[in-house]
Amino acid sequence: MHLSSDIGVWIGAFLTLGIFSFLYKDNPVYKFCEHLFVGISAGYYVVLTMISSVYPNMIQPLLTNFTHDRNYFLLIPLALGIMLFSRFFPRGDWLSRWPIAFILGVYPALRITGFAQGDLVEQVHGTMLPLWVPGDAGTTMNNWLLVGGLLATLIFFFFSKEHKGALGGSARVGIYFLMISFGASYGYTVMARVSLLIGRVMFLLDDWLGLLRF
Amino acid sequence: MRDFLTWLRAMDRRWIFLAVGLLVIAPLVFGFHIAPVVPSHRAKGFYDAIERLPEGSTVLVAGDYDPGTRAENYPMHLAAVRHLMRRNIKVIGVELYPAGVPIADDVLRDLGAEFGKKLGVDYVNLGYKVGNELVMSSMGTSIPKTFPVDSRGVPIAQLPLMKGIENFQQIDMIVSISAGYPGTKEWVQQVVSRFHVPMVAGVTAVSAPEYYPYLQAGQLQGLLGGMAGAAEYEVLVGKPALATRGMDAQSLAHVFIAFMIILGNVAFLGQRKPAKG
Amino acid sequence: MKRTVPFFITLLSGLFCLIAFFVPHPWIHESYGAVQTWAIVVVGCTYVLGVANLLRVNVQQAQRREGDWIYKIVLIVGLLTTMAVGFSEGNHYSDVTSHFNWIYRTFYSPMTSTMFALLAFFIASAAFRAFRIRSPEALLLAIAAFILMLGRVPLGNAISHYIPDAADWLMEIPQNAAKRGILIGAALGVMATGIRVILGLEKAYGGGGEGGA
Repeated sequence: MHLSSDIGVWIGAFLTLGIFSFLYKDNPVYKFCEHLFVGISAGYYVVLTMISSVYPNMIQPLLTNFTHDRNYFLLIPLALGIMLFSRFFPRGDWLSRWPIAFILGVYPALRITGFAQGDLVEQVHGTMLPLWVPGDAGTTMNNWLLVGGLLATLIFFFFSKEHKGALGGSARVGIYFLMISFGASYGYTVMARVSLLIGRVMFLLDDWLGLLRF
Repeated sequence: MRDFLTWLRAMDRRWIFLAVGLLVIAPLVFGFHIAPVVPSHRAKGFYDAIERLPEGSTVLVAGDYDPGTRAENYPMHLAAVRHLMRRNIKVIGVELYPAGVPIADDVLRDLGAEFGKKLGVDYVNLGYKVGNELVMSSMGTSIPKTFPVDSRGVPIAQLPLMKGIENFQQIDMIVSISAGYPGTKEWVQQVVSRFHVPMVAGVTAVSAPEYYPYLQAGQLQGLLGGMAGAAEYEVLVGKPALATRGMDAQSLAHVFIAFMIILGNVAFLGQRKPAKG
Repeated sequence: MKRTVPFFITLLSGLFCLIAFFVPHPWIHESYGAVQTWAIVVVGCTYVLGVANLLRVNVQQAQRREGDWIYKIVLIVGLLTTMAVGFSEGNHYSDVTSHFNWIYRTFYSPMTSTMFALLAFFIASAAFRAFRIRSPEALLLAIAAFILMLGRVPLGNAISHYIPDAADWLMEIPQNAAKRGILIGAALGVMATGIRVILGLEKAYGGGGEGGA
């Protein structure tokens, strides 16, 4: 065993064990860690946002290069940013709708084009597979499963008509493909959660206690 | 048997917590090794995509994760930058998670020192920018206008590496190490589909299944999923490290959870389904 | 004024960004770059607003001595200390030797990681208590989960190479087909909702005051 001499590692270890204490039951140590975490996270986010985004992209150009490269237009986002804080004043909070409205215009436009190109067009393109590959029965079968499975899944999500007859049968096949997909997602989720625990255990056993053997 | 099933049904879940903890600790402390890691063809695709890049290329490494998923993403990030620097490929780091900046700084600094690379010449960390996919789109218009300074506050116009880098046309590949949103999906939608930049991705296991369609459609050249994917890539790069060490504990935990599903169904067998309505 | 101006702001900014995607004219291209920068800054201000609101709510609760008020003081002290240290160090916040970096490594990083690590225990408990195989569909889900859990770890390959091969096939064919169906369906939904938001048809996003667009 080779205990760490770094005070930061010791504090980190106690905070880790404090949060893990929740597994036994909710307790004051866990509550303390939880609230400290929320406070420090919020403080960290504000500092990063201001220093990395708001200051270099707006404040610095306005202060140092006001007339260069049409930087004076940055007065618009400055005004919009200030208007956001009108939410703290009941009589003036309608002003905060203007910057929110601006964001509500920009992001959906970005998402529409992104999803259309990346998720719709390219995915349909990726589904245009040969349904007969000479000499390769395995790939032929897999391509049929890919195309058929996709169509069955899309049919399952078509709710404008009752799922009866051929439509109902196809939707049922779609459910089976979806169940396989959910099972796969569950397996991967288990892997993810366990990995994160392994990471924490490695910190405690290696960085803090110096116990690990490989 | 009935008593055992009754006990099982009433079992305090803290016994399960204890079992999980012990199964993870034991392989790490006692150092026993269950089986070697065998790279998958998805990890090989990731590896080969970087191998195909000519020396001197410029790659954007997007470290879109924070300490919450460090155990999965950090080994991939480290192995990818190691691979890039070993091949003398220039690295531009960017993070869309604010808490990812120090992690990326550590990776670039430590590996830069290991391979004798110079900050500002061979690698740079542009840092964090708020806005999620808007930042990606903005970089497509102009990287210098989106990131006027790097993570240290140094104007990027002063950095030799960033000379001539205007937008994605000067980027030869994107390596996305991602924890969720914003991440690989947004890079595919906003950058790969629009600017046709090749991309490989290392993602958390939770999000890995949703990227298989992108891999099959050719929008991704390679995919690492979770700690297992990171371990496979570490083996390919020739430096088994954190992820590889964790795979034995991972194996035991998976077997235990599969056993818990079976045990749970046995324990509650014969119990009536709750009445509907 | 209170509803009309936001409606036109959303409509004009949304339509401009949509048009800019398709039109490579330099004037449009430059204007689009400027609009994106403005949006980045405004989003940054929303983060600051969120934290300011968090501070306001917790200060009020601490002043009123409402339940768990002592922990609210811990939150406030943590928040203000981090902000003070971070802003005092400015651009040196990312230096390895900075105090802000020490706060990150000592407090933020371990606590964030541990919060997520807790989930492993709960997923094991949920596997025992909640995963009920009561139908053919649930059985299919369970079989897929078992194959994946064994196939993605070295133990599965040690038992038989067919296990990881089966896991790979499962992920690349049936899982891929279903996920692609979900992706395409979601893409259509996002596009429809996006157009509705830009055209002001989604009343829920009006924001503030009286509510509604």
